Amino acid sequence: MELLYFGDKGWGDELFFATLMTIAVSITAMIIGFIFAALFTPLKLSNNKFLNSIGNAYTTVIRGVPELLVIYLFFFGGSGAIMFVASIFGYNDYIEINAFLTGSFSIGIISGAYSTEVFRGALQSIDKGQFEAAKVLGFKKYIYFFKIILPQMLRLAIPNLSNVWQITLKDTSLISVTGLVEIMRQSYIAAGSTRDPLFFYSFAAVLYLMLTFLSMQLLNRLETKYSKGY
Amino acid sequence: MDIELMISSFPKLLNATLITLKLLSVSLILGLFIGLGFAILRMNNNKLINKFAYGYSYIFRGTPLLVQIFIIYFGLGQIEYLRTTFLWIVLKEPYWCAIIAFSLNTGAYTSEILRSAFQTIKPGYLEAGRSLGIPSKIIFTKIQIPIAIKQSLPAYGNEIILMLKGTSLASTVTLMDLTGVAKYIISTTFKPVEVFIVAGGIYLFMTFIIHNVIKYLEKKYGFQT
Repeated sequence: MELLYFGDKGWGDELFFATLMTIAVSITAMIIGFIFAALFTPLKLSNNKFLNSIGNAYTTVIRGVPELLVIYLFFFGGSGAIMFVASIFGYNDYIEINAFLTGSFSIGIISGAYSTEVFRGALQSIDKGQFEAAKVLGFKKYIYFFKIILPQMLRLAIPNLSNVWQITLKDTSLISVTGLVEIMRQSYIAAGSTRDPLFFYSFAAVLYLMLTFLSMQLLNRLETKYSKGY
Repeated sequence: MDIELMISSFPKLLNATLITLKLLSVSLILGLFIGLGFAILRMNNNKLINKFAYGYSYIFRGTPLLVQIFIIYFGLGQIEYLRTTFLWIVLKEPYWCAIIAFSLNTGAYTSEILRSAFQTIKPGYLEAGRSLGIPSKIIFTKIQIPIAIKQSLPAYGNEIILMLKGTSLASTVTLMDLTGVAKYIISTTFKPVEVFIVAGGIYLFMTFIIHNVIKYLEKKYGFQT
């Protein structure tokens, strides 16, 4: 247990901050994922064949390729791409992007593909009559979407979104390969310096279990709150 | 775009795909047995056994696969006692550590899939079997299992694809699978996009095949229940 003391003696405070980092990356990735989902869900539902195929390509490629490969793409390719853009504007120095941003962005793209599928499914399972009724009643487009369609869609989407949250939370362990100090990376460092990998990796597992358990409790509450309407 | 690199790396990546497929098939077969075992335990009336099986699947589904591999590969070697037993022959090989982690992981998911499949079987089928005087062992193997397999095919197809992606984590314990080789080529040539297209394409091709095989099986065994 001494290994978990706070301060210089143990790894307690390091692991605590690493857990906060995992939570921060997961939430950021989830939000980036929502932005991607908001962009790609309309494409997937579009009648235009070209737009439709762009939406399908996004979800198919991201969900069919290992997360680790996507992370390597952004980890090794990210700063190259940004430097290329910067060189167009005449800036030729080396640019290093923050590990937090690369990590959240790559996990966010993955999480976005799952969110897109969830939103698509939720939108499609809204009764067609709702769309028609809203149109017939002459609602403005803005109110029509935000007041009538969106609330119904979110209610349907929340149970599946909590699955996406679980996947995203677990996927953040993979960005430890890029050197960002979250739970997995911190355990790796601690295991290396104390030669006690069994303890630290098991403790990491406990931390992840706690995170999934607590977030499930929270999300279940949200789910019951928003399914009241029926 | 470096087309030459894409062509020259293709055979290397294809070679590594063999290891990925080996990892996938062995862990899926082992995982199926583990999953079936735990699904049966989950349906047991004994509360203790039931809780044990639930705990197993909860722990393996609630933690990242990476942690599981690291515990088995780095962690278990630390126990002095294990080093003296025959288990050490298995546990010192990263290949077998990866297989153990993958099988236990997919076993947990498979047990959930099978459990829900068993639970959706209408009680009428079992009652009909019993009233015809069929022994319960045969009811299980000839009635429950075939229906459960059919019911769980779509979900199991997803699990196979998730596991295919999961095998990429073998590269973190020094195995040179498809992702491992891809990372090696990326870090020596610094051409991530080209390598991603080739390696990703191979993964997508495999997902495509798995997806269609499952679809075909669903159609073939899609009798009405």
